[in-house]
Amino acid sequence: MFRFQSRQQQRLDDGGQINRLAPINFTFDGKKFIGFEGDTLASALLANGVRLVGRSFKYHRPRGIYSAGIEEPNALVALRSGDRHEPNTRATAIELFPGLEAKSQNRWPNLLLDYLQINNLLSPFLSAGFYYKTFMGLPGWHFYEYFIRKAAGMGDGTKFKDPDKYDKKHVHCDILIVGGGPTGISAAVTAGRAGARVILVDNHPKLGGQLNGERYFLDKKPAHHWVEQCVEELDGLENVTIATRTSAFGYYDSDVVNAIESVSDHLPEPLGYQCRQRLWQIRAKKVILATGATERPIVFSNNDRPGIMLASAARRYVNQYAVKPGKKAVIFTNNDDGYKTAFDLARSGIEVVAVVDSRKNIPEHFEKELNEKDIEVIASSVVIDTYGYFGLNSVKIGTLSHNGKTIESNPYIVSADLLAVSGGWSPNVHLYCHSGGKPVYNDSIEAFVPGELSQNGHSAGASRGSFSLTDCLQEGHNIANTMAEALDLEVAEQIIPETNENTIVPIEALWRVPGKGKKFVDLQDDVTESDITLAHREGYVSVEHLKRYTTLGMGTDQGKTSNLNGQAIMAQEKSEPIEKIGTTTFRPPYTPIALGPLAGRDIGLSYKHTRRSAMHNWHKQHGAIFVEAGQWLRPQYYLNEMEQPSKENMDKAISREVQTVRTSVGLVDVSTLGKIDIQGKDSAEFLNRVYTNGWTKLPIGKARYGIMLREDGLVFDDGTTSRLDECHYFMTTTTSNAAAVLSHMEYYLQVQWPKLDVKVTSVTEQWAAMALAGPKSRNVLSKLLPTINVDNESFPFMGVREVDIEGVPARIFRISFSGELSYEINVPADFGEFIWQRILEVGKAYSIRPYGTEAMGIMRIEKGHVAGPELDGRTTATDLGLQKLLSSKKDFIGSKMMHREGLKDENRPRLVGLVPVDKKSRVKSGAILVKDPTLAPPVPKLGHVSSSAYLSPTLGHPISLGFVSGNIIETTKKIWAVSPLHNESHELEITDPVFYDQKSERLHD
Amino acid sequence: MLIINCPLCGPRDHAEFTYVGDATKNRPKNGDSSNDNAWYDFVYLRDNPKGLHEELWQHSFGCRCFVKVLRNTLTHEIIATGMPKDNLILKEKGLELNV
Ligand SMILES: [Zn+2]
Repeated sequence: MFRFQSRQQQRLDDGGQINRLAPINFTFDGKKFIGFEGDTLASALLANGVRLVGRSFKYHRPRGIYSAGIEEPNALVALRSGDRHEPNTRATAIELFPGLEAKSQNRWPNLLLDYLQINNLLSPFLSAGFYYKTFMGLPGWHFYEYFIRKAAGMGDGTKFKDPDKYDKKHVHCDILIVGGGPTGISAAVTAGRAGARVILVDNHPKLGGQLNGERYFLDKKPAHHWVEQCVEELDGLENVTIATRTSAFGYYDSDVVNAIESVSDHLPEPLGYQCRQRLWQIRAKKVILATGATERPIVFSNNDRPGIMLASAARRYVNQYAVKPGKKAVIFTNNDDGYKTAFDLARSGIEVVAVVDSRKNIPEHFEKELNEKDIEVIASSVVIDTYGYFGLNSVKIGTLSHNGKTIESNPYIVSADLLAVSGGWSPNVHLYCHSGGKPVYNDSIEAFVPGELSQNGHSAGASRGSFSLTDCLQEGHNIANTMAEALDLEVAEQIIPETNENTIVPIEALWRVPGKGKKFVDLQDDVTESDITLAHREGYVSVEHLKRYTTLGMGTDQGKTSNLNGQAIMAQEKSEPIEKIGTTTFRPPYTPIALGPLAGRDIGLSYKHTRRSAMHNWHKQHGAIFVEAGQWLRPQYYLNEMEQPSKENMDKAISREVQTVRTSVGLVDVSTLGKIDIQGKDSAEFLNRVYTNGWTKLPIGKARYGIMLREDGLVFDDGTTSRLDECHYFMTTTTSNAAAVLSHMEYYLQVQWPKLDVKVTSVTEQWAAMALAGPKSRNVLSKLLPTINVDNESFPFMGVREVDIEGVPARIFRISFSGELSYEINVPADFGEFIWQRILEVGKAYSIRPYGTEAMGIMRIEKGHVAGPELDGRTTATDLGLQKLLSSKKDFIGSKMMHREGLKDENRPRLVGLVPVDKKSRVKSGAILVKDPTLAPPVPKLGHVSSSAYLSPTLGHPISLGFVSGNIIETTKKIWAVSPLHNESHELEITDPVFYDQKSERLHD
Repeated sequence: MLIINCPLCGPRDHAEFTYVGDATKNRPKNGDSSNDNAWYDFVYLRDNPKGLHEELWQHSFGCRCFVKVLRNTLTHEIIATGMPKDNLILKEKGLELNV
């Protein structure tokens, strides 16, 4: 059998919950190490004697492993490399996997030689608020900011695309239990036996919680026997789901708890079928918050050196991971935890130099074991200071004066490489706070505990301040039974096992020790005691101000080990009780989470679905170059078989398409227009209220153009609506407003005018639509419909016909967007491609061509038709030259507000045509119109360019549409378009917005 | 994370709904200048109450019904839902009186 003890010099020969038969290779800062299955990265590093793992955020002080869980403030490392590189992960929460690669952060060039440790010497200047006081407001803050952020930083993110998949699931249950420690397991057993649908989530790889880190006995057997027995029972219950490696990070409205399951973070990479993480959105009738408690340190001089850690962490390293976090230990405590720690460390062969207890009286029941193990206890004493630059080597101990403000007798120094500190335990009230609860201060445990219930999330066990194991087990059982009863389930029995714990002697608060050196409150953000006293002196005394001024608790650990100490110090400074200072509001997430699982599979094309028309495949096979229009893909133009995509060929294709339509006939796919079917006997009245013009007299078989206003009097949308039958209309909207127009009409029908008998339904997807346009379009149509008379008298402008084209039912509307004689043909979507092809076949005799959105856009600008860029939500009908459509004989949506003074101002910008004076320049849409481009800003804006055609093939030069103030139009014929971002300015001539066929003879003939 | 009880479909996740706005505003009858203030109020003025608020949501990804929702803006609790014409505040007050 291989033994790797020679490499893992701090590993115990036996014990722990690691598998010594499964060694795992890993690297830290490029150096190779070996750990065991069951290790975290932190325990494996400690097993190999690695104590220095990072540099601190601001002062670049050497830091080590401080905790054994997700509360870790120090040991943040960059994990993996390449596209799976992940910064700021906590070494204490990373399960060791083969080939794990980790790097220390916030040091340059390396951990031992970090140039920015000069910040530590400069530290008198780097107090709270220093950067802002010094650099903000100076000219060049932008310049300093870069270097400041670089110096005070965390790890770098990766610039590669995330290669992993993420998933989401939505689940429901009767009782959700958050936390699989003794309380949660006990609750799950009772709830499970009662028949409730239970989900138990825990963020560790296996259940047990604190039981895994302690030497508890339940019914005289090591506690893991009880855990295993319970898990076995729960696994056998169909109504119970256990989700390990699943971290509940937020408690939201309606008792929804979100959790992230780390599906494959413990593997080198996800297996083929696996996602990396999965978001669980859990809707529960009742929630049991068995989230435990977090130990907090005591604040004293140089309390941040590698080798100083939380007492419970030291116990967990020896008990769970069989790792000695040091050889000679001092324990500093203000509660019973110190003794438990001393015994566990001594039992593992660590020399316990002393237990330094700030309390006067040593609990009697510890004396026997203290004597047996020959452990010295120094009562009424404190750790004053520590020594050792890259790692602890000695500790200074002294006696605290009665008032706690000075050190009384002569302090002395003892050598030690491990200092285990316990300042008491703070219940994890985070999820309770998320649920809307307000924690209250509890003097007997010196910590905040949950107050009144907000939603249905009940705290139990250590998370409500019950720190005795028996209490935890009992409370878990009790709360589960109370809930089972409330859910009308049978109450279940559970025999609570007997424990081996001692009676707890109350904590005596000790938050900080007098002394000169740097005393860290928040290790992750390098917030010291003096930062807090400075904040107090400068008046930042409320918890929220304290937090923002000093950055206390603002790191990725959200101050799990530091918040209460900071608040307590402020309370002492103000001579007020802590409850008066208050606690900051905890917000989700409880621990940092990746964005991936929040997005799940809704990324890329699954986030924004692609809509394709019924003719899409034909376009694709015939040289179409597509453009995105909202979710739609539309042919922008069509290249010939011989043409390669290029700018020249694009221009050539667009001109070719325009000329074809202007001289012969073209076909364009307009399926993307919104189509709404309107039925009911009050449809005409409804249209009359929705549109600005009159609709009551529109005969069957006729179409009409209309504009809609919003209630505020500005133009909302335009389109044509046709009367198909007495009570049946068919409306088209612009592509981009299709959904908004439908909701708009539904709102009025359901909320404002529920008595109108009208039904509206979107039929955009049901109909394929194409416009046959050009002087030869009638010839094509008559060949397509040999039995129907389509001459100008029988099928006039704005006429509508329902016909059969080769057996396919079709609606044909004689309407025009291009300015040419034109027919819009709608057929059921399934027949779209067939009819499209038929029309092109029939049209061959007239050199028909498909055309795209570019040619369509150019022709509508030539014709002066408004579209999206003109209907931008800021224009009135009069601005657009559509005042004739405003009926004065009726009320309609917007008719009241459109008469407001500002909307009737004659100097409002109005629609105009714009032509570059040189007949060549390409004017960008969005360009600002000014009188003189040479003036220094600010220059009065006279209008803007809304739509531009870089070349009107019909006119032979560029044209644009835009808006120019009314008074300018009267007085001047020339204006300048400027685009300062592109450093462009062009002189333009103001013209009529209709460039082509101003009398509209072509579409009427 | 809210559940909205659509009067036509039953309880559904709020992700199926679109928030429309304040349901307490009445659209004035069109007409002369005597109701200018009423129009101004309908189009522009919105209260931001702390506590009970009647609002409209549309069940956009469901039946497309406009649903009136009585919601506590402080706790996000949805107290009642109904059709747009229902006066939920009155209904709730009635319930309170019955208690
Ligand atoms: Zn519905």
